[in-house]
Amino acid sequence: MEQQKGGIYRYGMVIDLDKCTGCGTCMIACAAENNVSVRPDQTDKERTITWMKLYKITNGKEFPHTEVSYFPRPCMHCDEDGRGHHQPSCVSVCVATATKIDHNTGIVSQIYTRCIGCRYCQAACPYGARYFNWWDTYFPKGKGLERYLSPEISPRMRGVVEKCTFCHHRLMRAKTQAYAEDRTDIEEHEYTTACAEACPAQAITFGDLNNPEHKVSQLIKSPYAFRLLERLNTKPKVYYLSTKDWVRKMADNYLPGEFKPVTKVTG
Amino acid sequence: MKNQASSSQKTSKFGLTSLFNRFISFEKGSTFLPPFSFGVWIFFLAGLIPSLIVGWIIYPMALYSKQPQPMNFNHALHLNPEIVDGIEGDTETERCLFCHTFREDGTFAGIPKLDKCLECHDDPESPLGETPEEQEFLNKYVAEEQEIPWLSYFRQPDCVYFSHIAHVKIGDQDCETCHGDFGRTEKLPAYKVNRMTGYSIDIWGRNIAGYKTNTWDRMKMDDCAECHTENDLEENNACFVCHK
Ligand code: HEC
Ligand code: HEC
Ligand code: HEC
Ligand code: HEC
Ligand code: HEC
Repeated sequence: MEQQKGGIYRYGMVIDLDKCTGCGTCMIACAAENNVSVRPDQTDKERTITWMKLYKITNGKEFPHTEVSYFPRPCMHCDEDGRGHHQPSCVSVCVATATKIDHNTGIVSQIYTRCIGCRYCQAACPYGARYFNWWDTYFPKGKGLERYLSPEISPRMRGVVEKCTFCHHRLMRAKTQAYAEDRTDIEEHEYTTACAEACPAQAITFGDLNNPEHKVSQLIKSPYAFRLLERLNTKPKVYYLSTKDWVRKMADNYLPGEFKPVTKVTG
Repeated sequence: MKNQASSSQKTSKFGLTSLFNRFISFEKGSTFLPPFSFGVWIFFLAGLIPSLIVGWIIYPMALYSKQPQPMNFNHALHLNPEIVDGIEGDTETERCLFCHTFREDGTFAGIPKLDKCLECHDDPESPLGETPEEQEFLNKYVAEEQEIPWLSYFRQPDCVYFSHIAHVKIGDQDCETCHGDFGRTEKLPAYKVNRMTGYSIDIWGRNIAGYKTNTWDRMKMDDCAECHTENDLEENNACFVCHK
């Protein structure tokens, strides 16, 4: 179904960890799409910026029982409660109103020119999805990297925080295209993120969680669907799928015996 | 040293301190305004007037630097069907869109490239009119196939996302609402840029006091939001609608 203008959308993502091979294409596609600065020394992982980050987790068992899973982590775009009491944790701590949740799309915005670089949001984010610019953006000269910069994303400056925007500019691009074709609604395939588009295993699905026709809203009904640190009540809009109990168990802190493995699956 | 001491004594007699003392005495119960002496007013005005001149005239002049456009462009002439034909359309907006086109993907082409001018000014040897201005344009840009380095009056800061198609086609706004008479001018106005921010004066507005009489006088964040609110478009007042 098509989306109507002026409705309430909740854009979200479903990442199927069983399909993820850990190739890292999503990270690269994201960085290239969003003018993410590189460092002269990219090995300094405490200072590099990765809006989409791939983690590797193992079940901690000895060979031959070792199992590995990869965990792509964008910004979770935590939701609000709609009454204004409950905000994403980064939003409620921001002293400069530089980060806000759009009530209409559910996307958490970050306005770099407004950010004062206090990094409260970075501390408040339980997912480590926010990154601080310790230096001005840097694109090695002579390698042609600057020719790939996108005019659709404004550059960051030293001293501000940045994070995944769910490729918000692609939403605006899709709307512009729709307006040119005399439509005011956009279809499911017209707005998707760079990581979802690039994933060779098609592990990432993007769409409107509010729209029952969208694939994401069907996928999250799966018994294997879970979210990271769900019990913090941050209401992330990024869902994961995994049939492995140990992976699902790792997504939150459970007391011994508290975790309920999926036992009965129908259909 | 000596000179300084004596001059500070003088100011304490006629200047601020005496003014202050008079107010104190006023507080203490005198029923009428303290009779300021002529000398006090001289000092007061001698300070006030220059600071007003500096603040309202000299500073704004110094804040903006003027840059000349590479050449003049005459909107009134080109949009006059008696002089220039080929720019067609039922409404004025449609005729503006002849040069300021939308691309196929809906993005706005903005200031036209030389290609557009070449649709009519195709031969540098045979000018369409007789003016020296056109001759200069033909020699300098058409013959050399050089793009004209126009300066943009309305260009917003880099962090701003603006969509012409949403406003002109979907929102049904006229160019005039935001650009005023620009499409009917004969001469391009002086391009003034803020020395501190690098933004054009048309963003902040030309009125130093910040008064706004027309919708197109300035286009700051509040002006965008004001119109969205008036049009019941609260959803367009989220940061990530206008920012990128
Ligand atoms: C023949 C082509 C042509 C037509 C038709 C035309 N323009 Fe222009 N316009 C130009 C050129 C060339 C410039 C660049 C001058 C400059 O730098 O401001 C320009 C500049 C402008 C600008 C200033 C842009 C900026 O940021 O500097 C506005 C606003 C504008 N035109 C509005 C209009 C309107 C409104 C109409 C219809 C009434 C119109 N134009 C019709 C060629 C045209
Ligand atoms: C639809 C055809 C058409 C287009 C497109 C067009 N022009 Fe013209 N232009 C004319 C005609 C016709 C004249 C001659 C008018 C006269 O003097 O009789 C003219 C005159 C001029 C003059 C002389 C104006 C004056 O004040 O005497 C300049 C400069 C000029 N054009 C620049 C441009 C530029 C720059 C562009 C591209 C943005 C452009 N024109 C696009 C038709 C066009
Ligand atoms: C709702 C207000 C609004 C309306 C209506 C509007 N504009 Fe604009 N215009 C703007 C703003 C804001 C910018 C600056 C855009 C930017 O920096 O991205 C702009 C920029 C421009 C530019 C310069 C683009 C550049 O490349 O620097 C031109 C030319 C222009 N407008 C012409 C028009 C014409 C022609 C129309 C009518 C068809 C029109 N505008 C209608 C607000 C408006
Ligand atoms: C004169 C009124 C007016 C002004 C001024 C104005 N807007 Fe708008 N804007 C509208 C209207 C009306 C719409 C809605 C069009 C629609 O979708 O029906 C709109 C829609 C938009 C959209 C598209 C939203 C979408 O969902 O596609 C953006 C982006 C936008 N405005 C940004 C701006 C910015 C940035 C400015 C200031 C530079 C601005 N507007 C100034 C009237 C205005
Ligand atoms: C309706 C459109 C609109 C909305 C909504 C909007 N802005 Fe803006 N914003 C603008 C425009 C246009 C400018 C540039 C003109 C100016 O400086 O006022 C701007 C400028 C700014 C600047 C100054 C940037 C600079 O480099 O000078 C900051 C900071 C900013 N906005 C933050 C925000 C934040 C935070 C939000 C959300 C709470 C927001 N804006 C929502 C249109 C908008």
